[in-house]
Amino acid sequence: MSVAEDQRGGINFARLLMSFGPLLFLVALIVVFTVLKPSFMDPINLFNITRQISITGLIALGMTFVILTAGIDLSVGSLLAFCGMVAAVVAKGGTANTLSLSTSGTQGYGWFAALLAAVVVGAAAGGVQGLVITRLKVPPFVVTLGGLTVFRGLTLTISNGGPISGFDASMRWFGTGLIGPVPVPALIFAAAAILCHIVLRYTRYGRAVYAVGGNAEAARLSGLRVDRILVSVYVIVGFFAGLAAFVLSARLNSSEAVAGIGYELTVISAVVIGGTSLFGGIGSVGGTVVGAALIGVLQNGLQFNNVSSYTQSIVIGLILILAVAFDRWLKSRVRR
Amino acid sequence: MPAEAASPKPVLLAVEGITKHFSGVTALSDVSLDIRPGEILGLLGENGAGKSTLLKILSGVMPPSSGHIIFDGADYQPSSPQDAKRLGIVTIYQELSLIPTLTVAENIFIGRAPVGPLGLVSWRRMEAASRDIIARVGLSIDPMTPVSALSVAEQQLVEIARALSLKSRLIIMDEPTSALTETEVQRLLSIMDRLRKDKVAIMFVTHRLEEASAICDRMTVLRDGRLAGHLNREGGPIALPRIIEKMVGRAASELYARPAQRAVAGDVVLSVRGLRTVRDPEAPHAIVLDGVDIDLKAGEILGVAGLVGSGRTELARAIFGADRIAAGTITLDGKPIAPASPADAIALGIGLVPEDRKHQAIFAALGILPNFSVASLGSFSNGFGFMAERRERDALAGFRKMLSIRMASAEQAIEGLSGGNQQKVILARWLARDPKVLIVDEPTRGVDVGAKTEVHQILVQLAARGIAVMMISSELPEVLAVSDRIVTMRRGRITGQMPGVEANEERLMELMALDRKETP
Repeated sequence: MSVAEDQRGGINFARLLMSFGPLLFLVALIVVFTVLKPSFMDPINLFNITRQISITGLIALGMTFVILTAGIDLSVGSLLAFCGMVAAVVAKGGTANTLSLSTSGTQGYGWFAALLAAVVVGAAAGGVQGLVITRLKVPPFVVTLGGLTVFRGLTLTISNGGPISGFDASMRWFGTGLIGPVPVPALIFAAAAILCHIVLRYTRYGRAVYAVGGNAEAARLSGLRVDRILVSVYVIVGFFAGLAAFVLSARLNSSEAVAGIGYELTVISAVVIGGTSLFGGIGSVGGTVVGAALIGVLQNGLQFNNVSSYTQSIVIGLILILAVAFDRWLKSRVRR
Repeated sequence: MPAEAASPKPVLLAVEGITKHFSGVTALSDVSLDIRPGEILGLLGENGAGKSTLLKILSGVMPPSSGHIIFDGADYQPSSPQDAKRLGIVTIYQELSLIPTLTVAENIFIGRAPVGPLGLVSWRRMEAASRDIIARVGLSIDPMTPVSALSVAEQQLVEIARALSLKSRLIIMDEPTSALTETEVQRLLSIMDRLRKDKVAIMFVTHRLEEASAICDRMTVLRDGRLAGHLNREGGPIALPRIIEKMVGRAASELYARPAQRAVAGDVVLSVRGLRTVRDPEAPHAIVLDGVDIDLKAGEILGVAGLVGSGRTELARAIFGADRIAAGTITLDGKPIAPASPADAIALGIGLVPEDRKHQAIFAALGILPNFSVASLGSFSNGFGFMAERRERDALAGFRKMLSIRMASAEQAIEGLSGGNQQKVILARWLARDPKVLIVDEPTRGVDVGAKTEVHQILVQLAARGIAVMMISSELPEVLAVSDRIVTMRRGRITGQMPGVEANEERLMELMALDRKETP
């Protein structure tokens, strides 16, 4: 019996670490960077970090749903570029204004239509990928790897390879505006994070997502419509790619055909570092926010201390591997 | 082994006092057996008797908790299945371990292909050597055939041939005949006989008593994790009644006291006629239902007795909408139903406690609360889709009391519970839906003895509340203790039907295990 008790103790310890490990690491990083350079804690710098992480952070929220079901979406960077370009076309009423950086573009359909177009196209693109995954039984890795290429190609096609720039002030506000001292993108990210947290933690749908990710066969035998739930998480991540695209275009005052290259890696890193298991069923929005913040703090802090961007890549990559190794190790403890 | 000292052949493998515990449950207790070169030893026992635990220990999957094993005069402590193979014990499982895309020769020589002077694989030598090796098991196929093109029986022989080429001294065969046709079985038995003459030792693990009786020199029978006894061939084959008696034992019936008599069964709730299932091209050797008729009445427990591979689980899954149906009708309360998914069946009022709790019922990463409510998310949430957690927790608390689930809190990880308490949570999952029909597949598998009786009592209570309960089990004492009516299954068909009070283990065992041309 004492063996069983010991095992149970080990499980609790592991579960505890799983929820608080990343947060402890984030706090430690902030302390280290502050000691190295006290101006790191300057509010201007901190708000800078929140603005930096809000774009990939938004997509990471959606990716949390996907990874909770043991899926993956590699197409988000390309989908972001595609949705950004759609938003630009709608905002400006066509592609004709390519490269005309200074025109005010008042002849378009306005920011709201642009936002709507971006999220609807993103959600629809995600839905199509979800249907291919569930109906044709192609693994998510393959479908979204294909999507990565397809959406980039579509983006380049409609934009003819160049950017579409110059939006009106009402749209730019979503990227550059401030409410009090807080950047608008950071507020959007915070609101979305709270919403996602509520959905995953307090709704019937959230329960179903965890169940499908935890054990798809048991979920099916418990009467959950597993395929529908799987499609829905790709719709969600697509929606967030569209939202992030809108915010990014607004911030840069331009939709770039090459936007979002490599974002899928940052996004997946944020989710995984935040403790969401790539095997599904374990993870939380809170973890993802911490993971996104961790990457943001790391990038900003290293920059602040004049560490070259080359070295930054190395550090972030190593942290990712450590996080997954940690995840595997916890898994081996939890599963006896 | 003072008694064996005088025997003509030295003992090859001696298992002495092996015990194995799994977090509080004793799967094997003080089991001993031995086997000599050129001998076929049958290992028999009902499900849950401890055969597979013993096999796992012998094949190096896990070590025993206590006791020791002597193989070929030396202490035998394999660190892995590979290590066991290297030491000379090969286990051939029902699920074959050949790589289907590679050729027969490549499979035989996997990891040790003969190489030529340049360090390159010598295909010619590999082919020639493979031809000799498979000839030993009576195969005359081209060694360059991909394994996927062979029948299961042929694949099995290739595995045996590979074991022989590895200089294995002991081959353990786990239910080797379950997927074979009658002719293929005869061929396998004759090859086993030939290997016996070559001084290879074979441990034959099987449910098929007739086959065991025909080929085995000796038998070791396990029951409830303990040694039930050894049987020797004396003059002729070991007679079936002797085996059945050892397998069933006398003490077992006392363990499963029949709960007090209950209310008379009501109307027929679920009626199945001529049910057939499709052969899945991806699993061509899975069991298909071959015309099953069954009636289930309100307030009764129908026991379905059948061995692994009898089609009992397939029957449950077909009714539950988990597998596709090829032909036949299902009626619920007199109305025909055709559930296309478990969700449909559940909406109609059917519940299923599946056989494989770990893979089909439990969400290991989640706590008790979400495990409990997963099938009733609709009734535990409000119109906006938000969980009504208070109501959910109250319901769980009610079932915790009713089923005496021993747990610390609703947040506790379900994996921290014992098998019996996990099973009670799964039962609560379905009771929360108040089903008309509850199908329970091996309800006490992996549940320790004390909790088994509790689970039985719960099933009786449920029937008393008017639920039609169908209980599938390969543990006969359990079937006898709980069922109002019993049907037996074999090879996708119903082979017999009788009231629970008229049944006994010998009768059921015959109907389950023996080939019958017609239903009596």
